[in-house]
Amino acid sequence: MKKTMFTLKNVQLANGEVCDVVIEDEYIKAVGQSMNEGELIDCSGLIALQGFVDLHTHLREPGFEQSETILTGSRAAAKGGFTAVHAMANTMPVADNAAVVEQVYALGKSAGYVQVQPIGAVTLGLNGVQLADLGKMNASKANVTVFSDDGKCVNDSLVMRRALEYVKAFDGVVAQHAQDPALTIGAQMNEGELSLKLGLTGWPAVAETAIIARDVLLAEQVQSKLHVCHVSTKGSVEIIRWAKSKGIKVTAEVTPHHLLLTEKLTSDYNPIFKVNPPLRTDEDVQALREAVADGTIDIVATDHAPHPADSKDCEWGEAAFGMIGLETAAAIVKTTLVDTGLISWSRFEEVLSTNPARIGKLRDQGQQIAEGNFANLTLMDARKVFSVSSNSESKSANNPFLGHELSGEIIHTIYKGVFTVKNSAIQRLGDK
Amino acid sequence: MKHLLSINDLDVQSALSVMNLALEMQQVNAREVKKLPALNGRTVANLFFEDSTRTRFSFELAAKRLSADVVNFSAKGSSVSKGESLKDTVQTIEAMGVEALIVRHHHSGAAKTIANSDWSKSIVINAGDGTHEHPTQALLDALTIRQRLKGKANSGDLAGLRVLIVGDILHSRVARSNCLLLRLLGASVGLCGPATLIPNDAMKLADSVYFNLDEALAHNFDVVMMLRMQRERMNSAFIPSETEYATLWGLTESRFNSLSNDTLIMHPGPMNRGLEISSTAADSAQSAILEQVTNGVAVRMAVLYKLLAKESSLS
Repeated sequence: MKKTMFTLKNVQLANGEVCDVVIEDEYIKAVGQSMNEGELIDCSGLIALQGFVDLHTHLREPGFEQSETILTGSRAAAKGGFTAVHAMANTMPVADNAAVVEQVYALGKSAGYVQVQPIGAVTLGLNGVQLADLGKMNASKANVTVFSDDGKCVNDSLVMRRALEYVKAFDGVVAQHAQDPALTIGAQMNEGELSLKLGLTGWPAVAETAIIARDVLLAEQVQSKLHVCHVSTKGSVEIIRWAKSKGIKVTAEVTPHHLLLTEKLTSDYNPIFKVNPPLRTDEDVQALREAVADGTIDIVATDHAPHPADSKDCEWGEAAFGMIGLETAAAIVKTTLVDTGLISWSRFEEVLSTNPARIGKLRDQGQQIAEGNFANLTLMDARKVFSVSSNSESKSANNPFLGHELSGEIIHTIYKGVFTVKNSAIQRLGDK
Repeated sequence: MKHLLSINDLDVQSALSVMNLALEMQQVNAREVKKLPALNGRTVANLFFEDSTRTRFSFELAAKRLSADVVNFSAKGSSVSKGESLKDTVQTIEAMGVEALIVRHHHSGAAKTIANSDWSKSIVINAGDGTHEHPTQALLDALTIRQRLKGKANSGDLAGLRVLIVGDILHSRVARSNCLLLRLLGASVGLCGPATLIPNDAMKLADSVYFNLDEALAHNFDVVMMLRMQRERMNSAFIPSETEYATLWGLTESRFNSLSNDTLIMHPGPMNRGLEISSTAADSAQSAILEQVTNGVAVRMAVLYKLLAKESSLS
């Protein structure tokens, strides 16, 4: 087989070093000065980062292909600089058995834009009662290690305890959607002064914080691994910080939208801003940003949630929860955390690549840009300031960031040595 | 201003102007032939996605007395998932040549969504949206207070008056709109009810908050407005029982008797007699409950006139 070989010239690494990166087939062949092998691609002024890994993506297939497919979602991910995504389990049928996760895995592989790693449901049909086939999903070709009922909370304390215990057999992790269902019946937005004025049923912070508090204590009790999805409140950050200080095995994620947007956007009842957990206050946003900086929050994950236009072109109360975010995630992290001086490029690489790959146990991902490692890279023009447009590879258009000015454009994405995005354009990967 | 969606759409001048026009409309309503030609040939639709006989009647009479043509649409529980979407309903009705939509909806913000959408060009009047607002109710309440408390209030605004609103503040669009309008007009507003039904941030809406009705009543408010208690609130643990509510939060005969004899009693209706209000209070000379209903027609005539009549607007 003919080898492919090219050299990325004059890239800047996260540590500031400027060098050339030679890529041969799926691997990084060499990193150094004055390298000129194969095609030479001038990357002057671009920062080279480990390919991003999303631990929380809704690809909607099977079952909701009008919103997104594994192919369109994979393309959106590549456009955003991702080389791997974790596909959430709330599809139809639910990914609660080996057959569905293997199908998702295979479709991801055939799309070829990113590594698609299925997440398995914790409970059968996300019913919160009976454990799904956790072991069989793990033993399947998809090798599932992350389990989540995301969209629904594993509310029953005993079921949560059992799930945490059960996944220890294969060093799995339970990713919890922390939302006390009774405290959030009919909830529409953050509970506070604004929800009062708008007459929208409040989603109180305690409904998240209380579940996280319980879950970290359960994780401690049974000595297992907990991951907290989409942390949205200051109080939750404090609980997780405390849990980590006790040595409890908990990791946590924040979404780009919770780092950038606040509940104020709800004021006109525009459902594009309806999301679960809801947009919170400035104070929460600030606490979340600081938590990424100080290590309390380990990763940024998109919770990319595509919905068809009709489900947002309606009254707030009828609208679907969720927003897309794969293509804007990196620029939001850059704008809110790097540009503000809160984090370094190294930390940026950790929260978007190294840490999510570690939590999701993706061995081929999150590797340093170094000789012998897989060539999963993202090249960003960090100086490029742009206004978010509606152009998207996603099948859905529920983008809450339209018109926002962000900095940091993805120029190239390379997944296992193949350009999935080149010069900011998605590549067509043949007949795959 | 094109629509009336919230009291926040009004300033003091425009609110007073509606109230003053409503006074003129009252003259019309007192005549044998209760009709003005102002909106002759215009078409308005009552779009009611939630049951309401009295508000729909009131708007319908108001429109008819201004000689508008009125059509009524009612759809309970219409939604994207169950049947026709709001967008399709609105577009369908507008396609028939309707110019103004009077919208009652179970979802907060629905009227605003229609007004802001690219699927409607109509004038939109909010006739109650979820637990958000009910602006014409607040206007008719303010008018009623001003009329009844002439000695205490200016002929213009409500400066210096003190109004107590009692009951389920959390779910009440009447309370929200009243807090906004009464305070805009210079009155101060107290809120009173069980803490489960008074939002944490209630002080952002009002001037005082009481968790004890007797303590609140001891402050000699000029107006006591009782809100309707939804009987199903018990099921979500908001209140222990109807009898406890009636005992602790109802305007019982003895509480009513302890009030000063010029305290005005109001209720937006429909009343649960014996629950939030006793018949003694509701039927007393101090009660303005039926005047509220009468003023409702006049206020809605004024709003329709301001928004629809040529060379007129609310601002």
